[in-house]
Amino acid sequence: MEENKRLVKVPTMAEMAANGEEPEVLFWVGCAGSFDDRYKRVTRSFVQILEHVGVKYAVLGTEESCTGEPAKRAGNEFLFQMQAITNIEVLNAYNIKKIVTACPHCFNTLKNEYPDLGGNYEVIHHSTFLQQLINEGKVKVQGGEAFKGQRITFHDSCYLGRANDIYEAPRDVLAALDADLVEMKRSRANGLCCGAGGAQMFKEPEPGNKDINIERTEEALATLGAGSGVIATACPFCMVMMSDGVKNKEQEESVKVFDIAELIAQAEGLSK
Amino acid sequence: MIQLENIIFLIVAGLGIGLFVWQIRKIRKNILMGRDVDLTDNPSERINKTLLVAFGQQKMFKRMLPAVLHLFVYVGFLVINIEVIEILIDGVFATHRVLAFLGPVYSALMFINEILAALVIIACVIFLWRRNVTNVPRLASGVEMRAWPKLDANFILITEIVLMFALFAFNIAGLKLVQMEGGEVAGSYPVSQMFVNIFGDNPTSLHIIERVGWWFHIIGILAFMNYLPSSKHFHIIMAFPNVYYSKLLPKGKFTTNPAITHEIKAMLDPSYQPPAPEMDAEGNPIVQRFGAKDVEDLTWKQLMDSYTCTECGRCTSVCPANITGKLLSPRKIVMDTRDRMEEKGEHPAIFAPNHYKELGVERVQTTDEKTLLRGYITPEELWACTTCNACVESCPVNIDQLSTIMDLRRYLVLEESAAPASVNAMFTNIENNGAPWAFSPSDRFNWAEDLYVPSKN
Repeated sequence: MEENKRLVKVPTMAEMAANGEEPEVLFWVGCAGSFDDRYKRVTRSFVQILEHVGVKYAVLGTEESCTGEPAKRAGNEFLFQMQAITNIEVLNAYNIKKIVTACPHCFNTLKNEYPDLGGNYEVIHHSTFLQQLINEGKVKVQGGEAFKGQRITFHDSCYLGRANDIYEAPRDVLAALDADLVEMKRSRANGLCCGAGGAQMFKEPEPGNKDINIERTEEALATLGAGSGVIATACPFCMVMMSDGVKNKEQEESVKVFDIAELIAQAEGLSK
Repeated sequence: MIQLENIIFLIVAGLGIGLFVWQIRKIRKNILMGRDVDLTDNPSERINKTLLVAFGQQKMFKRMLPAVLHLFVYVGFLVINIEVIEILIDGVFATHRVLAFLGPVYSALMFINEILAALVIIACVIFLWRRNVTNVPRLASGVEMRAWPKLDANFILITEIVLMFALFAFNIAGLKLVQMEGGEVAGSYPVSQMFVNIFGDNPTSLHIIERVGWWFHIIGILAFMNYLPSSKHFHIIMAFPNVYYSKLLPKGKFTTNPAITHEIKAMLDPSYQPPAPEMDAEGNPIVQRFGAKDVEDLTWKQLMDSYTCTECGRCTSVCPANITGKLLSPRKIVMDTRDRMEEKGEHPAIFAPNHYKELGVERVQTTDEKTLLRGYITPEELWACTTCNACVESCPVNIDQLSTIMDLRRYLVLEESAAPASVNAMFTNIENNGAPWAFSPSDRFNWAEDLYVPSKN
């Protein structure tokens, strides 16, 4: 099938600006999406979808830098604002109007916290973006049948859900697959955190009797029941925490953790 | 005719209300210790929120059984207060059931009142059962649920039951007297009618019971009102302003400190002129701490939160850190803030219910520092928070526990550089590499290599 695929050249803002062009949307990749081996696959899946539907997009490439989100949650307002003000200079210099990102933490910060510092953009999370593509018929999910009978449970990200009241977009995206969606007892506004937010991702947990991701994974596994299933996430931190939890429970053969963009890219036949 | 009884009543009621006002002023002063924050925007949205969340009890209904029982007590409180107004008028002007001229409306009111009073008793008994027999975990356990909070809760429930019994005694005796005299009964009393013969038929003793019931109910209410400022039960008043002033922005938006913005802009651009700092009364610039070390570093809304808390523990029961055995309990953060505020500021209470700190023998390693941070709340608690907003979402009266946790954390980091080592390493990575991990910024775009999509032909 080699002849049926083409190499993607991901456009950067620098190139676009040099050609006097502006993208419809800037894809903010985020640090996990750029560096974490597992989440790079999500980034690539999302770019495959962008290429597939022909959206005029661009990335910042090496000009992107941490939004400052983990610093802000850890209480380091100074470092956060340093990062934010520097990023806003770059974004404003490129006259960016619309941003999509696959990270709820970047999403929340860009959308809610950058305006105070002079960064005003339309910011959407990739779950909402994918929901729009499906609703507009641009992504048809014809291969969704491959998921027939597959049990999928969606784990809400705190920074998508409670922080920004986005509960239905990722579920709508998953509903496009011909799968058996099951809800955990603690879901939507009552969803249980994976344990990584608030800079916990970068530190050892405080003393306790259990790790939060184990508590959440147990709930997800119980919801999926015996046999195989998918835990769907929409956040790089949740992805790490849930994957670690599944490994800890020695279920990684039967239960997979996927981002919603990966599931759509698979169903659309974009990635193998 | 106005008699001695009415004059005594006037004095008692005046003292009760005066004492209450005195206590409220002290509480107001405590709350105003906090930093100023402007929360007067969007009044219509705020009113809507107040109607839904405070009056409408919207967030209570996440848990059905307690919501329904609480609704009985809440509606009972509102409606029975109409009878209290009548009692006040009767007491001052020596009238008897002055509102009876309302006719069928009065009958309906008294009917509803009796049903609600009975429901209040049933609900309070079930609440006592849940607290003391079935030991619902969020009510019965937690490092902050020491002697005083437990006593406070039981005292409130028992008082409410006793007050309702006094009301029934007054109604039953009055009803029996009127029936014996063959007079017209003003109002409709379905519950009292069932027990109408319980006090016998001696007019003298019935009259005494009627008067004692009346006096007991009204003195009970005045005393209870003055107990509120010392108690978690103060939520029956504070819930309304607290919901009105709640955060209207997305929960994920944390506050931005403009002082830091000016500092950074001046650093990046030497020609940048930051605005002149605010001056205090003596003309000295006001220098605020970064983050919060003590109660005066929090905003008045955060302090108001702590007076609104009724210690129901919904926040703690959904906290991922608490569920997995960490020390953090959002309820404790709020309760500590109130205790510290009263230690530092005014003591509005008639008595000082500070039992809760002295009994601290558990895992909370507080120090002798007279500050909210460390003296009450330890860094271990603060570092256990995942900022997931489950506590904020769960609170029926819109307390923002997370904002207080974050402000205390900010003080640790910005003023003391006291973050855990691995968090400091993350800061260094962001500073040096523009990513929280130790990767080279030049590798940031490597993910795009060798990426293929199916060609469309």
